Parts: sequence; structure tokens; C-alpha cells
Amino acid sequence: MIKQIAVFLENREGRVSECCKALKDAGVNLCSMSIADSKEFGILRIHTDNNELAHVTLKKAGFLSTMVDLVAIEVPDTPGALADILIQLCDGGVNIDYMYSFANASGHAQIGFKTETPEKAIVILEKLGVKMI
Amino acid sequence: MQYFQKELETMSADQKKVLQSERLVKMVKYVYENQKPYRAKMDAIKLKPDDIKSIDDIYKLPYTVKQDLRDAYPFGMMARSKKDLVRLHASSATTGKLTVAGYTMNDIDVWGECAARSLVMAGADEDSIIHVAYGYGLFTGGLGMHYGGEKLGACVVPASAGNTQKQIQLITDFGADIICCTPSYIIYLAEEFEKMGLKPGVDLKLKGGVFGAEAWSENMRADIEKRLGIRACDIYGLSEIAGPGVACDCEYKTGMHFQDDHFYPEIVDVDTLEQLPIGESGELVITTLTKEGMPLLRYRTRDIASLNADPCPCGRTTIKLNKITGRSDDMLIIRGVNVFPSQIESVLLKNHNIEPHYHINVDRVNNLDTMEIVVELSPHISIDQVEDVEAIRKKLTSEMASALSVSAKITLVSPGTVERSEGKAKRITDRRKL
Repeated sequence: MIKQIAVFLENREGRVSECCKALKDAGVNLCSMSIADSKEFGILRIHTDNNELAHVTLKKAGFLSTMVDLVAIEVPDTPGALADILIQLCDGGVNIDYMYSFANASGHAQIGFKTETPEKAIVILEKLGVKMI
Repeated sequence: MQYFQKELETMSADQKKVLQSERLVKMVKYVYENQKPYRAKMDAIKLKPDDIKSIDDIYKLPYTVKQDLRDAYPFGMMARSKKDLVRLHASSATTGKLTVAGYTMNDIDVWGECAARSLVMAGADEDSIIHVAYGYGLFTGGLGMHYGGEKLGACVVPASAGNTQKQIQLITDFGADIICCTPSYIIYLAEEFEKMGLKPGVDLKLKGGVFGAEAWSENMRADIEKRLGIRACDIYGLSEIAGPGVACDCEYKTGMHFQDDHFYPEIVDVDTLEQLPIGESGELVITTLTKEGMPLLRYRTRDIASLNADPCPCGRTTIKLNKITGRSDDMLIIRGVNVFPSQIESVLLKNHNIEPHYHINVDRVNNLDTMEIVVELSPHISIDQVEDVEAIRKKLTSEMASALSVSAKITLVSPGTVERSEGKAKRITDRRKL
């Protein structure tokens, strides 16, 4: 399991850059990011090299920041590898709220996802021998 | 039909003064004997009913304010018992409590007469079909014009507000010649008529209308009159005094004829509360001269306006009320509904997902008032999905709509982003151009 930070951003010019600047000033490095957006606001989801510091920094800078647990896995870089895992999770009754991939240099894809039932997901993933981060 | 009550509407200044004086003297005695909160005000400054000998003495009387009505909620200001009251109207007040007004049968009659006088000014007569598209209910617009139309002997269509397609069908099929609604709604209707290819004078028989319950400009009047080829009259009223009909424009639009045989207007300086000479702008203060259920002496309306006594070519001799130019409190009128920022605050304080910091943006889009409330999310909540935010907004939107009786668009922003100000917070941006 890894930590992810979700930041509420109203749709206003410069809001993402303000957020990134706060992290830069604190010396936090971004590992991944994904944005879920609606017409008027977005939820920026990031994973960094120091999530505790990132969370505190963003809160101090006035952002609405929420720390969330993600199940993170390493998936072989071959066709169908992710599909096989997701099918098993689905059959096992694990519902995924959202997911996105991380930057890495390992040759494998790294995927993080949010679920209401992480314990259940972990049991299934262990059975499958999927490498977790 | 030129007048509804010629003698009363065209009496000479001397006759009017005698009538007003007689009525005021009687009214002050009546209030002193029957309305405890006001009696206490008079006693506090050792003023006796006998000290009021004519209308010129009116300045001696203490003011009645909206807070007096709130303190006396619900029936403390009524001068008659429930046996004599036949109707209660109410409008929203700052604290969520309503401002209640009680009417006797005679009050309803007087109000109906004033509304009938107004309808005649707009061009109505006994043969008219009067389409009332004001809301019917606690709001005085619908029932006020309804009773006015019936008093006149015209035929009233109680369409009430909403369902525009049905309204258009009624207006065209019944051949309404007079319409009553808010100024923004008549413009909306005019646009719909145009879209449907309904032509004034051909498909539409409209020739006049009374439009009120919200502020509007001379430009809007010109627009309405041009697009529909009708006489557009501004009408004034407030539920505490009587609904629409307290004052109304005639065809010459030299200011709204104030029905000053029943309601006596004064303009006072907002700061010193001194009576101002005719022509100067200040807060409109009204004294009811004939009301029985809830008479009010020198009631501060919070509306900013001026009076004029110029003779009117129509022959009516009343004093006239120029267009309302603003408010002396922070009340907003959104699509005819009174909205107080404090009502918004009380909704925000009850919802733990958000902070009580907010900003209200009011605008007029396609001639309809819009209200946006910008609210901060609480820094203590957890959010990682769009649905989380949408759920908070949806809940707040419905809480706000039920508290305000008018819909508002809720925009959620990050904590700390609504501008804080030292001293009196500037919470409202009103972009409506009137």
C-alpha cells in the first residue's frame, strides 16, 4: 500500500501551478499525477517521494489536501497483464474507484488504485503472485 | 375607463389634507389603544395620541421598524383579534423568521381597491381579461392583483407563476389584455412570444401590464413597451403595508401614484432620520391611514426613493413615488423573493463540510436574476473524488433552496480563498444593471 494525496482545485487560472510551486519550495518530488475534473473544479491526485511533507506543505499553503491509501502493484509490461489481474479482482468482488499509472524506470508498469476493500484486494493479489509496492 | 375611484383619486390638495389629518388622528388613537409595542414606543417619549392633531404632526411619531415585527412574531403587532383577521401574508426576514401581516376583511377591500386603481392605470376596465402570473400564496403579488381585478369587475385568470408554455397558451387563447408579473418575467415571455412567432396586436391582445416585486429601469420599460406594444406600469407594494397597489404608474409615467388617502409616504434621511423635503432621496417611510389588522405608523421600508408632487396630466392628484433606487439594508431581491445574507449564513453554519465564509454574486442573465453563492470547503474534510464534492454541493444547494425559497448556484472553493475583509464584510457583488 502506498499513500496518495488528493488536492481539491477550483477551476481558476494558475491553481495547478500554485500547488506545484508549493511542493517545489518544500523540495518534494512528484512521482505520479492524475486529475479528475468536472466543469468547475478538479481533484489532483499525486504520489510523491515524501507524502507526509507534501500533505503538510499543501495544507499550510491553504489547499484542501487529503491523504488516501492506494493499493499499488507492479505489472509486467506485456499485453493482457493488467487485464488478467483486473479480471481476478472483479471476480473477487473488489470494486476499483479509480486508478492510474506511475512513472518508473523498471521496465514494468506501476499501477495504483483506490478501493473501498483494500484487504480483499491484497489477498487476491498475493494469491496471483502480483508484486505489490 | 379613466379612474376606478374618481373622487378619491382626483381630490384637491386641501381635501386630501383634511382627509389625511382626520384619518391619522383616528389611526394614532387606534394604534395606541390596540397595538402594545407601539404604545410602549409612544409612552417612552411621553407622546399622547392627543398630541397628533393633523398630518403635519406626523414627524412627532416614533418609527416602526422590521425588527419590531420580528420581536412581535407572529401576532404581537395585530391590532385586532383572530376573530376579525381574515388573511395572513408573510415574507422572509433576516433571521429565518417570517414577517407576518394580518388583514381584516376591510383591509382586503382597501387593498383590492388600490390594486384596482392600479389596473385601471395600466389600461384595464370591466371588460378586461387580466392574466395574473405572480405567484399565489404567502407572497402578496398573486392574490393582491387577483382581488384588484375582481374589484374592478374584470375577469381574472389566476395563472400563478411558472410553466411558461401553459401561460402562453392561456394568454393567447383567452385573449388577455392586461398582465401582472415581475418585469423580468414579462421580458422572458416576450422572448418566448418572439420565438413562437406570436405577434403583438395579431396573436396577442395585450395592451398593458403592471410589473413589480423587483427593481427595474426605464431602459427595461422601453424594451418591454417596444417589444410588446403595451403600456408597462411599475407597481409598488410590500406585504407589511399591503401588497402591490400601494403605488402605481399611470400612462404618463411621471412617478407612481401613491394611494395617499390610505398610505401616507414620507422620505427621511437614512442617518439622521429627519424628514426630507419633497424631491430629495432617502428612505421611504409609510404610515397606514386606514388599516385595521396590522396598522403601522411611520414604518421604515428600507427602500431608497424620492417623491414628487408635480401635477400629472392624467388628473390624479396623489403624491408620486419615483422609481426605487436601492435598499438601506443588505436585503437582496432575487426574482421577487427577499433574500437576506444572514439567511445564507445560518444555512452555512449548520453544514459541517463547509466554512461560513461566502460571497454572493448576483447578475441578470437573459433578463432573469441569477444568484451564485461561493462557499469555502472546510479544511477538515476528506475529498479524493469528484463525487465527494458534488455530493456536498448537491446537499447545500437543496438546503439553500428550501431556506431561501429561491434557487442559488453553489460554487465550492478551497479554504481561505474567499476574500476576508476588515470591518464590514463586502459579501455581495450585484452586477445587475438597472
